[in-house]
Amino acid sequence: MKQIIFFFALGAFTLQASAQSEKYTAAMKKNIAEMDAAFANPNNLLSLANNFERIATAEKNQWLPYYYAAFCQVNVGFMEKDHSKTDAIADKASELINIADSLANNNSEISCIKSMIASCHMMVNPMQRWQQYGEESSSNLDKAVEQDPTNPRPYFLKGQALKFTPEQFGGGCKTATVELKTALEKFASFSPASEIYPIWGKPIVEQLLKECAN
Amino acid sequence: MKFWPVLSFFLLSQTAVAQFKISGKVTDNKNKPLLGVSISLKNSYDGATSDSAGNFSFLSGEAGPQVVVFSSSGYKTIELNILLKNSSISVNISMKELITELKAVVITAGSFEASDKKKGAVLTDIDIVTTPSANADVTEAFKSLPGAQQVGESEGLFVRGGAATESKIFIDGTQVNNFFYSSTPGIAQRGRFNPFLFKGTVFSTGGYSALYGQALSAALILESKDLPEKTEADLSLSIIGAGGGIQHLSKNKKSSWGFSANYANLALAFAVIKQNQDYFKVPIVWDTDVNFRCKVKGGGMLKLYSYLSSTKVGYRTSDIDSTIMNNAFSLSNLNQYHNLSWKQPLANKWRLNAGISLSSNKDEIGNELQDPSNKQQIISNPIFFAFKNYHLITKGQYLQNRIVIEKKWRAMSALRFGTEISHSVEKSNYTLFDGSVYKETVKETITAEFIESDIYLTNRLATKLGLRTEYSALLKRWNIAPRISFAQQLGKFSSVGFAYGIFYQNPERKLLPSTASLDFSKSTHYILQYQLLTGVQTLRAELFYKKYNALYKTTVNTNGQTIAAGTNGNGYAKGFELFWRDKKTIKSVDYWISYSYLDTKRNFLNYPALIQPSFAAKHTAAFVVKKFILPWKTQFNLSYNFASGRPYYHIAFNTVTNQNEFTDQGKTINFNSCSFSANYLPTIGKKNSRNFAVWVLGINNVLGQTQIYTYNYSYDGKRKDPVGPTSRRFVFIGCFLSFGTDRTQDAINNNL
Repeated sequence: MKQIIFFFALGAFTLQASAQSEKYTAAMKKNIAEMDAAFANPNNLLSLANNFERIATAEKNQWLPYYYAAFCQVNVGFMEKDHSKTDAIADKASELINIADSLANNNSEISCIKSMIASCHMMVNPMQRWQQYGEESSSNLDKAVEQDPTNPRPYFLKGQALKFTPEQFGGGCKTATVELKTALEKFASFSPASEIYPIWGKPIVEQLLKECAN
Repeated sequence: MKFWPVLSFFLLSQTAVAQFKISGKVTDNKNKPLLGVSISLKNSYDGATSDSAGNFSFLSGEAGPQVVVFSSSGYKTIELNILLKNSSISVNISMKELITELKAVVITAGSFEASDKKKGAVLTDIDIVTTPSANADVTEAFKSLPGAQQVGESEGLFVRGGAATESKIFIDGTQVNNFFYSSTPGIAQRGRFNPFLFKGTVFSTGGYSALYGQALSAALILESKDLPEKTEADLSLSIIGAGGGIQHLSKNKKSSWGFSANYANLALAFAVIKQNQDYFKVPIVWDTDVNFRCKVKGGGMLKLYSYLSSTKVGYRTSDIDSTIMNNAFSLSNLNQYHNLSWKQPLANKWRLNAGISLSSNKDEIGNELQDPSNKQQIISNPIFFAFKNYHLITKGQYLQNRIVIEKKWRAMSALRFGTEISHSVEKSNYTLFDGSVYKETVKETITAEFIESDIYLTNRLATKLGLRTEYSALLKRWNIAPRISFAQQLGKFSSVGFAYGIFYQNPERKLLPSTASLDFSKSTHYILQYQLLTGVQTLRAELFYKKYNALYKTTVNTNGQTIAAGTNGNGYAKGFELFWRDKKTIKSVDYWISYSYLDTKRNFLNYPALIQPSFAAKHTAAFVVKKFILPWKTQFNLSYNFASGRPYYHIAFNTVTNQNEFTDQGKTINFNSCSFSANYLPTIGKKNSRNFAVWVLGINNVLGQTQIYTYNYSYDGKRKDPVGPTSRRFVFIGCFLSFGTDRTQDAINNNL
């Protein structure tokens, strides 16, 4: 009898677990779907960051919610006009991505976010900070390429950074286009590991290429 | 059938869809709505983010006792127990602001900080090397800020009515003796240390921390860099010399070592730029240094820096007491400086900072009176001519140990205490024209204990209380010096501050040994500050009052040496200072203006009365502007320094009245100097470039304005000669190259 109860309980438990994972995937999908629209307003993006963080803290062992929370936070940082607040936001993103990093070792997507966080810090005072954060940003992108050569996002981020760097500093459309075209090729063949895996970036690459073509 | 209840429990939990509404409002402790606060039901996905009115609302399927978590960066996280059983629940909550480094007000009364990271810094590290009047000299850069005098005839910082000897320089906590290259008459010397060694510099023009002492006026506090960002080799070549070095960062990025060597020879520069002095030995300087830095277990850092330098120089100037003769001065110096510092975090937010510095300095000075064919002349009538022939060797050895223990709490509040022991042995060997030798040794041990506390009750109010006590073995006396400062945030960007402190200092070596019973000299500072800091603009206004007691008075002993006779001197300094830096108004132009008004008088050394000292100007101003022109990859820097005329005096001993008296006095013309520099960075932004180059062109006194620092008097006071710069203009051209990409790193690794 006890065995039966145990067996049944075990079955119910796995049923519960798969329901849990369905709930997780559903919640993630719902929030990911809201991301595009949220970029119009930093408050909505922050709200999404909080949503992802809640999922992350409830789940504890999933790196993706931490990843998305950090991604939203760092973009809130980029959108913050008051530069005296930017560092605190970037620090928060950093905190989240470091947890993601401890859950998913050696992940190319995580290195991309780390690069964005460094760029966010740099943006506060580029003249003064490029030496430290510029280096940190580009070395993380190099690492991202190394970790997964098929990932289009490091190429996209490289291209984007170059586009907004003055020509005299080795930036400009000419050098940016090379990276952006590579990113586009990689996007074409990139297949996400799951339906909640990062896929963002392609429309912006197309937009940047269009701007550079003119 | 015991398993039925179990089963039904699981089924229930799968199907429970009862929804509870949780809503409310989040405010700060001043009842202002908080935006962006994350509200979540612990261990669930449910939650919301507060809107601009602080309101939030969400639905949850959870039931029973639950925990709601309110979190927002910069505020203390709140966990609230609630019971979900009715359809809706309303929670209003007020969150308490955390005291954080980003938000807390910084005490800056009396101090200027140059740092890339610290809040409240008015300069960045790179400003020190790009201020044209500074010629990449740390102390010179601070002369473009209010407080310091534009004194050109001798080195050091003359701050708020204080002499250069009243400003002390500290590296990693320990005082540096002989920070400047050894003095030569009428020529200001540079600081020995490369500005790129330091990452954060605090220039305190008064009211400084109880952690430092033995400076009546000012403290320049330098902090050496931690690990370098990458392995790098550099080379420099300029009109005045050449140098090179390597910084090697280990693969695990936990330790680094480096060395550098510099050779300066001014023969070329002096051949092109005519000097007022006639050099029989052009200045030749050798500097070498090594460093080792490593991270230690538990987050600590160990740093060793060793420096060795030799200087040789000799020049003739016309003798002021005669018409045809010359005074030939020569100096040979050997200096070494070693500093070992250790920072270690301990348990429970305790921290240890320990440091040892060891240094020695040897100067060998020869002075001769020479005829036009450069032959030594010993004229014994009048006798003062004969005294112009002498040979002096001075040797100093210094050892300083220091331990500071710090405990931090609530992010910003701290308690620090520690102890410091400084030993010095200074010997001199003075040989007169007739071969008679006078030897002297002065030994001193100063022990100090200090305690200081930073207290932050809110982000808007900071207080620093300190107490320092010192014992001098030489004076056989104790002192006790309280220090208080605070800052109060007014608006979003503005604050007021106040600082008060008592400062003591021992007599300088050259006034010793003295037969008189001496006490510490003492100064009391009061500083009131207003500051506006927006990130792109800085406005600072300071009002100060300084009182001097027990300044040293001097007398001339039978060997013709000036020594301390007592501590009955006194004086005061008061004034106001303005500083304005603006990076905003004109696009990509960064400029600052500083102005100081100083009213000071003192009766010290051989002064017959309370007078304005010869190193103090009433009005001092500086203007610095910097602009980077992108297409040219060049930064242009211009600085203009102004000081109103300074008084000068001839003071002689009247044998009839037995007193020092003025025989002549006057005031110099106003000081004006315009300096220009351009830094050209040809390799900037070049992808995969293996090196980074900076070309520097610097011109001092571009406009060729006549500059008179002070006057030298003849022995009888009847003739005076102006003392000015060594040449009307000075031009510096140099190239600095660094090699620091991965490929170079490999090349270095393979070859070492």
